[in-house]
Amino acid sequence: MVDTTTSTGSPGSRLLGLTTLVGLAGLILFAFVLTEPDVRLHPTTGEEFGQFDAVRLLYLHVPMAVLTYVAFLTCAVASAGYLLKRGVWWDVTAYASAEVGTVLCGLVLVTGSIWGRPVWNTWWEWGDVRLMTTLVLFLLFSGYLALRRTPAEPQRQARRAAIVALVAVLDIPLINRSVEWWENRTLHQQSTLAELKIEDLTLFTLMLGFVVFGLVFAWLMLHRFRVGWLEHAQAGHEVALAIAERHAEMETLDVDEAIGQTGGGK
Amino acid sequence: MLVRGVGQVRELFTDAGLVATRDLRIEARSRVLLNQVAPFALLVLVLFGFALDADQRTLRTFAPGLFWVTVLLAALLAVQRSASIEHADDAHTGLRLSGMAAASVFLGKAAAVFIQLMVLEVLLTIGIVVLYGSEVDNPVLLVLTAVAAAVGVATTGTLYGALASGLGARDTLLPILLLPVLAPVLIGATRSFDDALGAAAVDGWAWLGLLAVFGLVATVLGALAHGAMIED
Repeated sequence: MVDTTTSTGSPGSRLLGLTTLVGLAGLILFAFVLTEPDVRLHPTTGEEFGQFDAVRLLYLHVPMAVLTYVAFLTCAVASAGYLLKRGVWWDVTAYASAEVGTVLCGLVLVTGSIWGRPVWNTWWEWGDVRLMTTLVLFLLFSGYLALRRTPAEPQRQARRAAIVALVAVLDIPLINRSVEWWENRTLHQQSTLAELKIEDLTLFTLMLGFVVFGLVFAWLMLHRFRVGWLEHAQAGHEVALAIAERHAEMETLDVDEAIGQTGGGK
Repeated sequence: MLVRGVGQVRELFTDAGLVATRDLRIEARSRVLLNQVAPFALLVLVLFGFALDADQRTLRTFAPGLFWVTVLLAALLAVQRSASIEHADDAHTGLRLSGMAAASVFLGKAAAVFIQLMVLEVLLTIGIVVLYGSEVDNPVLLVLTAVAAAVGVATTGTLYGALASGLGARDTLLPILLLPVLAPVLIGATRSFDDALGAAAVDGWAWLGLLAVFGLVATVLGALAHGAMIED
């Protein structure tokens, strides 16, 4: 039975989408209006210093970075699943999460760059290990998506894409630990969440960011997965149509042959 | 049991030797490396000189990075050539029918690319000494870095060459898949060469360690994953 669904929406996904939109509006309100800018006073000179309004971008940047890891790790798990089980579900999940992850990774780089201009006084810092490893991750998965968009026999493409994803994901531990491993080679700050140095409304807004971007990730994944599933169903549908047409041609030929034989008998 | 294991390992390397010999014999007869890839690599070195419009002191400072970028660009051609050998006259079907293990085929092809890269690196080292005025401060570190980096490039390149082969637009696909993966090799080899050529005060031996680990991991992963590449 061929799946004739043409939409990726459902009542559940629409509710999820609406909740995500409301959450995004709330996050923007907290991040850009209700929280205070980061302004500190120098203990001896009394001069103001800190990240000022640029800190607001971190409420988007940090959750997006974490969700990027989640997306690429999902892709790696699904890719391993495909290599072991060879099921379409695994392949479509891997493709969907890689695409969502690449978009999020691109946004992480862009928001980081915009944040870095006032805080680090540069759009891009070549000496920062975390920045470089994140850029390499983005390029690795851009290559993955290029491979997925290359015309090829589906199973062959899926198998090769799975290997590319499993190699690419090895970059994630490097990014994650880079701040600790190369303390003198990064401008990124050490992890502060574990020690709860961030407090009150700031911490709440950051947590809200994780929840909202978690919803964004779930919504995008849901729709991208359904698009992938429909693409797969469509490919199967086209093959079924081609077979049906061929059968119809054969039947017509049989009828013509039968008519020819009858005519010859007259 | 142990004897059987030793026998299997010996067979693995014997078969790999056969594949490597075949690839190198094809290269010796066609001379693609010597007639096309090596001149291309030297041309890139010259173009860097033009582009930087620099005196020898500047070129000497940047020689390690320029050297390894040139190696990677030339390696792309060598890897593409290595992968295309299998597609000419459907040679990969012959290899599959031979009953050789996928790991043997991988190791053999990677070994052939490795030897070709070593030849290229020797030529390019002469190139940077003559054209950029580089001086070798630590020859042992230089040679070990060249070997370790070539292992990493050859094994990763062979895996990705097989991965991109048989797909549409494989010539343009290979660079975007392979070059980001080789970024650690470029960084590590450049830093190590900085030390070996006296271009910067860094600990080249630590970076050589990174290259050795990369080469080892790439060899093991490649040998394991190559089967999935050639089974289709």
